Amino acid sequence: MSIISKSATQQREMLRTGELTSVELTTAYLEQIKSRESAVKAFVHLDEQQALDAAQQIDTRRAAGEPLGDLAGIPVAVKDNLCSEGVPTTCASKILSGFIPPYDATVVAKLKTADAILIGRTNMDEFAMGSSTENSSIQVTSNPWNLQCIPGGSSGGSAACIAAGFAPLALGSDTGGSIRQPAALCGIVGLKPSYGRVSRYGLVAFASSLDQIGPMTGNVEDAALLLQVLAGHDSHDSTSADVTVDGYVENVTQPLSGLTLGVVDEHYGDGLEAEIKSSVEEAIRVYESLGATLKHIEMPHASYGIATYYIIAPCEASSNLARFDGAHYGHRADTSTSDQTSTSEDALTRMYRSSRAAGFGDEVKRRIMLGTYALSEGYYDAFYLKALKVRRLIRQDYDNAFKDVDLLIGPVTACSAFKQGEKTADPMAMYMEDLFTVTANLAGVAGISIPCGLTDAGLPIGVQLQSAPFQEDKLLRAAYMFQHATDWHQRRPEF
Amino acid sequence: MALTRDDVEKVSLLARLQLTDDELNSMTEHLSQIIQYVHQLDEINTDDVAPLAHTLDITNVLADDVVADCLSREAALQNAPQRDEECFRVPAVL
Repeated sequence: MSIISKSATQQREMLRTGELTSVELTTAYLEQIKSRESAVKAFVHLDEQQALDAAQQIDTRRAAGEPLGDLAGIPVAVKDNLCSEGVPTTCASKILSGFIPPYDATVVAKLKTADAILIGRTNMDEFAMGSSTENSSIQVTSNPWNLQCIPGGSSGGSAACIAAGFAPLALGSDTGGSIRQPAALCGIVGLKPSYGRVSRYGLVAFASSLDQIGPMTGNVEDAALLLQVLAGHDSHDSTSADVTVDGYVENVTQPLSGLTLGVVDEHYGDGLEAEIKSSVEEAIRVYESLGATLKHIEMPHASYGIATYYIIAPCEASSNLARFDGAHYGHRADTSTSDQTSTSEDALTRMYRSSRAAGFGDEVKRRIMLGTYALSEGYYDAFYLKALKVRRLIRQDYDNAFKDVDLLIGPVTACSAFKQGEKTADPMAMYMEDLFTVTANLAGVAGISIPCGLTDAGLPIGVQLQSAPFQEDKLLRAAYMFQHATDWHQRRPEF
Repeated sequence: MALTRDDVEKVSLLARLQLTDDELNSMTEHLSQIIQYVHQLDEINTDDVAPLAHTLDITNVLADDVVADCLSREAALQNAPQRDEECFRVPAVL
């Protein structure tokens, strides 16, 4: 059995006992990348030599008996919207081409403190806007389970990276489903923590009230291992919560007794593929066999999640992305020779408009336009304010549900991975990918996607568990119970 | 409620985006579809519902007023498309 098919948790133990060195481990992943990356295109930037150097240092320090961090010597891939000092950070956007952050995101700093090996930067939909990673300005990533299919998005590079065995651990970010949906489509584990659980400092902001960074891994123990490193209050992010971080690693293998799961009837409407429905139902039966009790839960506002999200997220994005102005960093269009008599605009406005037009891709422009429109004079109440009110109703649906049940269980996506190009011409069809995931972001609750089946065509299916805010411990333990009783997490694509 | 091409053009100035003719046309079509879709929220009575801007129960976060390290001027300017020794350079405004 190859070392890369073991979990990060097992690798960590082997490193600790001296059975394995970080150089051996890092080399094994780099070899897998060398042989398969040209087909998958998960990375936008690979730090091969730096990774090997860092691995060598860890091995030397370990041999000298120095104390080491919790991820010492283990490779981690990082989504390209998390700032890493001195390493290109582009959000897969032309507007940030060549941008080198002068500081580390808090999560990147935490990985470094934990002595993880930063192996490379993963592809994504531009500024995390998309569900297929096709909105990357750099390349299209393939799903390792079927190279003609998309890996999901926006953290599609990180998901493909785990599925392809390019790294045992990866970071993603989730604004409406961008960790959980690609995790489901690539047959891996993806956890979106509660809003405020993980610091967003140094995450290039898309929608600040919805964005969360989380682990993408091959199994539940590894998600616990990575979340343990990421979670906690950070004075650099006022919206990171000062709430106790549980012992995820210590607790994850402990089953929960008397678990009550809520099944949301609204999740089983038209549009849910039959194979996904039956796999999720089978997962529910597995939980029943483990002693869980089921309750049917009504979430009357869940079906309004997409409409609410596609007001709030673009409004926040239009404001956040105003910082890309061609003046402080990133792409600037050359407007010095443009005809100044043809327009009443001043030279600065022309520079802004031309730089942003050349730097942003279609989907990013669409969302900036949508948000600007919804926030413009005369429309604020009808759109933004209305959406914030519905957001409260969605949150109340969750609050009511969690009075009756420990966790909610249901599908992650309505369909399995689709073919590249299939939905690119139809923005609304792409937006519907987030139907079952987006409400967790609006309400601030935690959600995890774990593998629960394969379609007849051999594509992965995920089941989603959601918990009340800051109940990640319960979420991980429940996810582990399922994993322990099944072997879906051990399936890997042959490609 | 459909958007007109004129509306889209006005918004493109507010958004500081220069759109081509083709982009204005496709943007008008796509934004109209999305706006039509999100109008389903009008079905919900929200008269007595308070807006929820974000999900954490925090308002003001106060910090002690102490001097701390920050980015050096050089680090802050390192990614500037155009700069001089001390400042970002932009086209003349006045």
